[in-house]
Amino acid sequence: MAFTLTKKKNAPIKPKSASQHNAAPLTLINPFNDKPATIGLDYMTYEQLDEFGTELDAVRQRVLDDLGQKDADYIRRVIRAQRAAEVLGRIGIFMPFFPPAFIAGILLLGVAKILDNMEIGHNVMHGQYDWMNDPMVNGARFEWDNVAPAQDWKHGHNYIHHTYTNIHGMDRDIGYNLLRIDGDQPWYGTHRFNLPLAFVLMMVFEWGVMYHGVELDQYLQGKISKADFQARKKRAMKKIRKQVLKDYVAWPLLGLALVPVVGWWAPLAILGANVVANIIRNIWTFLIIFCGHFPAEVQTFAEEDAQNESRGQWYLRQLLGSANISGHAPFHVLTGNLSYQIEHHLFPDIPARRYPEVAEDVKLLVEKYGLHYNTGRLSKQLASVARQLAVYGKKPSDPYKIGNSPESKALRRAKREEAARRVEAARESQLTS
Amino acid sequence: MGIIRKTLTSRPVAALASPHTVDHYLEQIHPMLAAGNVRARVVEVIRETGDASTVVMRPNGAWKGFVPGQHVQFGVEVDGTRRVRVFSVSSSRASKDKTFSVSVKAHPDGYVSQFLHRELTPGTVVFLSQAEGDFVLPRDVPDHLLLASGGSGITPVMSMVRTLRDSGHTGRVTFLHYARSRADEMFTAQLDELATSDVEVVRVYTREPEPGAEIAGRFHVDHLKHLGIDPTETLTYVCGPAGLIASVRDTYAELGAADQLRMEYFKVPSVDADAADATGTLSFDDAAIETDNSGATILEQAEAAGLKPEFGCRMGVCNTCAIKKNSGAVRHVVTGEICADTDETIKICVQVPIGDVNVAL
Repeated sequence: MAFTLTKKKNAPIKPKSASQHNAAPLTLINPFNDKPATIGLDYMTYEQLDEFGTELDAVRQRVLDDLGQKDADYIRRVIRAQRAAEVLGRIGIFMPFFPPAFIAGILLLGVAKILDNMEIGHNVMHGQYDWMNDPMVNGARFEWDNVAPAQDWKHGHNYIHHTYTNIHGMDRDIGYNLLRIDGDQPWYGTHRFNLPLAFVLMMVFEWGVMYHGVELDQYLQGKISKADFQARKKRAMKKIRKQVLKDYVAWPLLGLALVPVVGWWAPLAILGANVVANIIRNIWTFLIIFCGHFPAEVQTFAEEDAQNESRGQWYLRQLLGSANISGHAPFHVLTGNLSYQIEHHLFPDIPARRYPEVAEDVKLLVEKYGLHYNTGRLSKQLASVARQLAVYGKKPSDPYKIGNSPESKALRRAKREEAARRVEAARESQLTS
Repeated sequence: MGIIRKTLTSRPVAALASPHTVDHYLEQIHPMLAAGNVRARVVEVIRETGDASTVVMRPNGAWKGFVPGQHVQFGVEVDGTRRVRVFSVSSSRASKDKTFSVSVKAHPDGYVSQFLHRELTPGTVVFLSQAEGDFVLPRDVPDHLLLASGGSGITPVMSMVRTLRDSGHTGRVTFLHYARSRADEMFTAQLDELATSDVEVVRVYTREPEPGAEIAGRFHVDHLKHLGIDPTETLTYVCGPAGLIASVRDTYAELGAADQLRMEYFKVPSVDADAADATGTLSFDDAAIETDNSGATILEQAEAAGLKPEFGCRMGVCNTCAIKKNSGAVRHVVTGEICADTDETIKICVQVPIGDVNVAL
C-alpha cells in the first residue's frame, strides 16, 4: 500500500486547518519544476519570507492557545442580538397599519440577516468556533439565511478563494466571472457595462453568490463533472425553495390574519417588507465584500508566481491581496469583522473578534518588512472600487489584454499545446524508466 | 407529547424558522426551553465512595425517558468548550420526582469525569442526548435473572436492580459484582442496603478479598455453580471491562448458553502503544498529511497531527466521529475486530490502524 506515499507530494506548508471543511491552504505545486515561488521577492529574501511565516504562525498559535469562555460568550451574545433583531423585526413588519413600527421592523430584519450572514454565518462556517464543540456554531452543520447553500459556498469560499486568493485562473472571486476589476483579467465586451452590472449584482447579491456556487462556468469548461454540477444545482434549488417558502410564502400567509384589521393588502406588505430586508442585506454584504479585495493597490498574482510557494509567501500573498476598512466597533461587528480583511485572510479560522488584537501584530510586521497595509474609510475604499470598475471597463489598447483578440487566442492555444507536450513528455519518461 | 410541543416541532413552524430550528429561538428565552434538544438541570451531585460521583438531573420536556441499562450522551461546557461523554443511567425508572441520575467513576485522566467529581455544581445546565442502547431488561422479566458487573460497569446494572426492586418484581434476582477492593467499589452503601432486600447480592473483591468470602478471584464457572445458577436457564446481563465480558462469554458459549447472555462493554481499553501492529503510515487524505502510526486511535493520531475532527463520546457509541476509511486495516480497540475493507465508514475514536491506513480526513 505504498501508493499513499507517492500519490501526493507533500506541501512545504504545515497543516493549518482547524476543521476538515476548511482544508486550506494547500500549495500549488509545479509538477515539473522545484523552483520556489517568486512572490514577495520585491520585498524580502527567502530567509526573511520564512521568518515572516514563522512570526505569523506564532501570532496565530498565541490566539488559538488563548481561546476560551470569553470567545464563546461573545458569539452567543451576537447570536442573541441577531435572534432579538429578527423576532422584533418580524413583529414590526406585522404592523403595516403603524408605519414607524413597520419601517423599524424592516430595518431590524435587515440587520438580523446581516448579522446572520456576516458575523455569525461567514465566521462560523470558516470553523472559527468549531473548538466549542457546540452544534449551534459548528462550521460543518451551520446553514445561513441566504439562498446560497452553505456546502457549495464553503467550497468556493473557504477552500478555493482562501487558498488561491487573487491568483488569476484559480480564484473565481476575482470579478466573479462578471466584472473586470484587475488589469490582468482579459477584457470582453460586456465589461463596458462594469458599473451598471455591479449595481445589479449588488441588488441581488445573495442570488449571485448562489449562482457562483453552482459553478456553471466550471462545468462548461469541463473542470467539474456533470454529476458534481447537477448535485450543486439540486442543492441550490432545495435551498431556494426553503428560503422562498419562508420569506415570500409562509410569513406573508400568516399575514392573512391581519386582513380583517388592515385590509386585503396586509400579506403583500409583509412580502414587500421581506423583499426590502433581503435587499438591505444584499447591498451591505456586497459593499463590504467588494471593499475587501477590489480597491486599487490590492495585488493579484499569476499561477506561475505562486507555484511552490512557502508558508511565508502564502501569508504575504494574503496580505498583499486584501484591504481593510476602518471604522468603529459596531461597524466592525456588522461587517462580520471583514473590515479586517487582511487579518481574516491571514487567519481565516480564528474567531473574528480577535482580528483587532491581531492587527496590532500584523502592523508591526508590515512596518518591519516595509510592506503596505491597505486600509481606509468605507467611502474611500468604495470610491476606489468604483474607479477600478470604470477604468478596467474600458477597452485596453494592448491586444493581449483583450480576451477574444486573435493575439490572445494564439497565446492561449500555444499555452494549451505546451501543457499537452509536457504531459506527453512526462508520460514517455515514465514509460521508459 | 403535548399539543404545544407538537406544534413547535411541526413542519409549518420549521418552514417559518428555516434555516434554523425553533430551538435556536426558544433557547434564547431560557436555556431549558427546547422542543427537540434535550437539556437537564443538575439537581444534586453526590460524591460516592471510591472517586465516583452520581449526578442527579431534572430533564426538560424533550426528554423521552429511559429504559434501565441505557446510557446517555452527557455534555458539559468547560471554558467555552462542550465536552461530551457517554454515561450510564444509574437511577430507578420508578423514581417519582421526574429526575434521573448518571454515575461516573472519576478516571485519573478523564477530563469530564474529574470535572464532575470536583467542580460540577447544582443548577448547571447540561446537554444530553435521548437515552440510547439496547442493553435493557425485557418487558417480561423471567423468574430467574443474573446481573453481573465488573468495576464501574455496575452503573447500568444498578439501574436495573433498583427498578426491579421499586416495581415489586417477585422473581429471583442474583447480582454478582466484581470490584478490586471494598475501598474501590462504587455504591458500597447502597449495595449494603440492597443486600438486606430480596435481591441476592454477591460481591467479589478480586485484589483484597473479604475474609471468609464464599467466592473469590476473577470470574470462573465455579462461581456460577456455587451460587446455584444454571446458565442455560438464566437470562444473564454482564457489563464491565473487556476481560470480564470475554470470560463470561466464553463460559456461556462452552455451556451452550450463549443465547441467554446480554453484554455491554463499558470501558474503552487503553491502547498498547508498543503493540507489534503499530507500524506503517497513517495518511489523512483530505489534509494531505502523513504520520507514522503511533499505535494510538486514529482520532488521537489525527489530533496529534494538528487536525480537529469532530467527535462526541470518544468511546465508539455516538457515531459523531464516523468518517470514511479509504484503505487499510483497522482494529476495534474494544472488540478486537479487524476491518480491512476499502471505502468503509469507521468510528475513529475506537479504531487503531494496523499498517498503512488512509482515511478521508
